[in-house]
Amino acid sequence: MGFFLETLIGGLMAGVLYSLVALGFVLIFKASGVFNFAQGAMVLFAALAMARFAEWLPQWFDFESALLANVGGFLVALALMIVVAWSVERFVLSGLVNQSSVALLMATLGVAYFLDGFGQTLFGSEIYRLDIGIPKDPLILAERWFEGGLLVSREDVFAASMAGALVVALTVFFHSTAVGRALRGVADDHQAAQSIGIPLGRIWVIVWSIAGFVALVAGMIWGSKLGVQFSLSLVALKAFPVVILGGLTSIPGAIVGGLIIGMGEKLSEVYLGPLLGGGIEIWFAYVLALLFLLVRPQGLFGEKIIDRV
Amino acid sequence: MSSAASAALPRARVDMPIDGTRSAAIAPPVGASAESARRRAGAPILVVENVSLRFGGVQALQDISFEVREHEILSIIGPNGAGKSSMLNCINGVYAPQQGSITLCGEALRRPNPHKVARMGVGRTFQNLALFGGMTVLQNIMAGRNFRMKCGIALQALRLGPANREEVAHREIVERIIDFLEIQPWRHTAVDRLPYGLQKRVDLGRALAMEPRLLLLDEPMAGMNVEEKQDMCRFVLDVNDEFGTTVVLIEHDMSVVMDISDRVVVLDYGRKIADGPPQEVRGNEDVLRAYLGGAAARGD
Repeated sequence: MGFFLETLIGGLMAGVLYSLVALGFVLIFKASGVFNFAQGAMVLFAALAMARFAEWLPQWFDFESALLANVGGFLVALALMIVVAWSVERFVLSGLVNQSSVALLMATLGVAYFLDGFGQTLFGSEIYRLDIGIPKDPLILAERWFEGGLLVSREDVFAASMAGALVVALTVFFHSTAVGRALRGVADDHQAAQSIGIPLGRIWVIVWSIAGFVALVAGMIWGSKLGVQFSLSLVALKAFPVVILGGLTSIPGAIVGGLIIGMGEKLSEVYLGPLLGGGIEIWFAYVLALLFLLVRPQGLFGEKIIDRV
Repeated sequence: MSSAASAALPRARVDMPIDGTRSAAIAPPVGASAESARRRAGAPILVVENVSLRFGGVQALQDISFEVREHEILSIIGPNGAGKSSMLNCINGVYAPQQGSITLCGEALRRPNPHKVARMGVGRTFQNLALFGGMTVLQNIMAGRNFRMKCGIALQALRLGPANREEVAHREIVERIIDFLEIQPWRHTAVDRLPYGLQKRVDLGRALAMEPRLLLLDEPMAGMNVEEKQDMCRFVLDVNDEFGTTVVLIEHDMSVVMDISDRVVVLDYGRKIADGPPQEVRGNEDVLRAYLGGAAARGD
């Protein structure tokens, strides 16, 4: 029983990390009706920026404090993500107003490759350490009920609480009816949204900035776990099934989807792995997403898609 | 015109509870009728001067000039490809003409910027419907009031007092527009499930929710049956009568155009070939030639 719970909790925590990346997808989809392929690249770019500036700032300004370095690195990276958001709007999206969403989709692919390359050109392409000062030793919980207690990684607990806070903040933001209407309007029809006075450009900058912020938080946490390296941008691949499961338009869906996939992966690996020869963790999420696409294409919480033929 | 519908709007304007959200210019004078609205037709609200617009080698508009006076209903007509929609898109700020100037309420439009034009008091509807598909009728029309909402995101998000009151006040105005357009039963229906004629009304409702000074209608009656056309005509005339809203519309149905317009501008191959009251334009030789070909004009 103790082992089962440990696996479950480990899975949930991993799921939270998927959710963090998935959140970025949902945000941009809600506001432009576009699946943003660049989200993974944004995670990498943000994490690289934070890791390198956390390293450079103490050298430039000659101070020791690791906390100060991390906070400084975070802020500089955040500022950079806002610049990225602005540039994406200015140089990519603004030329694509009133174009089909496939055009926008392809543009985000371009942005993804650009950011991958540009980030590594600016900040280097080695594996960088990002130590945000979370103790690595595990917490031991509920020793009274289980022999040896439950081992829970402190890193995971930290990540989970960060994700929780982010979700609350974003839900509150999108709960605003006027903002919600403006975003949905922009996602549905650019021309009509502009014709009723919704400033398309500004909305896009805001939303991409928020998605940049979410990418930074995700990059920071994944980076401190795995080291900041190119593979971070592939983390986004795991977020695809999460958004398919949760629904492309739903912020709570991104969270629940992440949790289900994280949990399902770990449990199936442990309990079905021996029967099927292991490696389930690698494909579980995608198979689950495939099943969902067959049965419920709008996801658990997404808006029902009505198409008139 | 149904008396219930026309009675709903003047009341709406009197007890509209939000200060500063509507300009004095659009308040209708008490007891305004069609005749007085037309007599009031005064200061030019929109001046188009020598506008030329090219798309690569295609000359969409060539040296077009005309004026729209406040409270007027002006129709732009012309055969397919004459440049009517391009003209509307220039006024609306979607296209920037290469030459010429467009002056709206005394302010020249420089860079094309549709949302800024919208905030200057220009509402528009679209030839091919451009509603927010998944949203309900109510949400679509509410979206038209978005830019008039003053409360910040934080207040709105937390549903604090002022934001709530604001939402309620705007909702009241929107409900009156829904009554006026007689679409009450579909208030909570997703717009993409509505029949075409009703979607056109919602499109008009969303533009009306902005309380525009100038309303641009791109083929508001295209694809409608006779009954729907009559309804739409009535709505357009009512809006013009009650609010004194200036209307510029593009339409193909000649009987509609001749009935409701104060003035008609005729375009052909991007040039203006006639401009005047409906009766005058109807007899104009160039117009007959454009519509019927050379034969009619020669009298063969």
